[in-house]
Amino acid sequence: MSSTTDPRGFSKAFLTANAWLVYLFFYAPIILLVVYSFSGDKLVGRWGGFTLDWYRAFAKDDNVQGALWVSVQVAIVSTLVSVVLGTLAALALERFKFRGQKVFDALLYLPIIIPDVTMAVMLLMFFSQFFNVIDSVLGLTLSKDISTVIISHIAFNISFVSIVVRARLEGMDQRLEEAASDLYASRWKAFRFVTFPQIIPGIAGGALLALTLSLDDVVIAQFVSGPGSTTLPVYVFGLIRKGVSPLINAVSVVMLVASVLLVMLSLLAQRNSEDKDQKVNDENEDDDQEVSSGSSSLSEMSIN
Amino acid sequence: MVDTESVNGSPVTPELEKAAERADSRRGFLLALPALGFLTLFFATPLVIVAIYSFATRNRFGGTDLSGWNLDSYRRLGEPIVRDILYRSLFLAFITTVICLIFAYPFSYYLATRKESVRNIMLVFVMIPFWTNFLVRNYAWRVLLGNGGPLSQATEAVGLGETSILFTPTAVVLGLVYGYLPFMVLPLYASIERIDWRLVEASRDLYASGWTSFRKIILPLSMPGVIAGSILVFIPSLGAYVTPELLGGAKTTLLGSYIVTQFLTARNWPAGAALSMVLMIVMLITTIIYFRKDGKTL
Repeated sequence: MSSTTDPRGFSKAFLTANAWLVYLFFYAPIILLVVYSFSGDKLVGRWGGFTLDWYRAFAKDDNVQGALWVSVQVAIVSTLVSVVLGTLAALALERFKFRGQKVFDALLYLPIIIPDVTMAVMLLMFFSQFFNVIDSVLGLTLSKDISTVIISHIAFNISFVSIVVRARLEGMDQRLEEAASDLYASRWKAFRFVTFPQIIPGIAGGALLALTLSLDDVVIAQFVSGPGSTTLPVYVFGLIRKGVSPLINAVSVVMLVASVLLVMLSLLAQRNSEDKDQKVNDENEDDDQEVSSGSSSLSEMSIN
Repeated sequence: MVDTESVNGSPVTPELEKAAERADSRRGFLLALPALGFLTLFFATPLVIVAIYSFATRNRFGGTDLSGWNLDSYRRLGEPIVRDILYRSLFLAFITTVICLIFAYPFSYYLATRKESVRNIMLVFVMIPFWTNFLVRNYAWRVLLGNGGPLSQATEAVGLGETSILFTPTAVVLGLVYGYLPFMVLPLYASIERIDWRLVEASRDLYASGWTSFRKIILPLSMPGVIAGSILVFIPSLGAYVTPELLGGAKTTLLGSYIVTQFLTARNWPAGAALSMVLMIVMLITTIIYFRKDGKTL
């Protein structure tokens, strides 16, 4: 970027104004929501003096608490399982060649690009069909409960975790692994002591993404949850459809804070990994492939 | 990574190498197996079931008759109600994409041309809304646009009278733009940031106007970002369910909501399955075209 290519005059003013406008658009609704969650007025969106009543109501509401607990369980279990399966899948695709690899790669991409509604419909039909088969073969009567929600969330989270971990594996200096095996490290040892420590930021990033997506999902959970396994977003969605209330404001702000915390954590994880990359770069400066890996993994993660 | 030296120091023969390759392939497959098994059972099988149901018939009891396959559910696409919903969804998704592009392009350009320290901070502030709970972000607009809500109060104070755009297509587009704008910004930013600015300098040295060098150099070079961003906004907008449910009215039923109704209210599973297939095929075609043209920019 030099001075001859810098926009000047009108275009510069336009670009700056547009940037502020976009940020205003991004943040004004969120900030207003937070402000109004402290409002004493029973009407949503009117200021009636500062109060914490709605947060107290949130803490007391059994339905909300129950749904919150379901969401937390679903998020944690589905994240743990998909982190293990997704990381193994990433390793298989990045470090091995096997038959059916292309098909597996495609299968792994599909849950990411498929629309929520389609995925929800698919899983609903699958579970009802599956339960019918179990019922007629084993005589067991199964129904939708928390496990169907967990399975569904694993089904889309595996793909997201594997994409993030793959980006990390791709950006990693493969010569380190080669050096390890040149020094007679077994494949397992090379993984345990060389590859694994290097991809931890990727795994952490994938896990945080999985947690966020699990807590974000309304559509799929709405289709596959049973009577006692309503997640918090599904419950809140139901409430909003009946009408807005200051209680929903408070619940929303709690969900907002949770997701902002998760963003901060994942940005922190990324920052740390980039610092490490930077150190590697300082040590061997001729390696310019590495320089781009930090920023490309950032954009890759953000897009997915 | 195939080891070319055998571990015990004996000479490497082609047979040994083959055996090592096979063992490697087996190990790779075993690593992939848990995810492969899970996705085959809980993703590929459901996909096949939807495809089968889309050719079935709904029986009188609200159940589904699997014998006697036919295309009736797909023929329903020609019915005025379904056709209107389809056109409306395509139209709103298109408008959403265009609006996102109009605001995101100059924004990403601005972002990409900042100093690195400023740019990183600005990017973080794009990421935060991007990762924030989608339902909450939609709800925020419901509060903002509500009757007698903040926006209405503001326009009234200025003397424009009350605004009531909640439950209209405008509100839906607003919500969709809000939800998916970061999807447009990030790939655009990535492709503009990669541009070799010496090309722009060269064009300016050759007396190209700012507008000409934008049109002839910056725009073509950022095209991969434009395409990627447009696909990333268009596809989820087309299948949107939460946003039209919360911000739209009865007259703005979109494809996503209509599919859900077919399952949860109308109990017409074959019709819902057929529409889901249509949605998925549109999505697959766009993605394949994109990957064919330019697979590496994402």
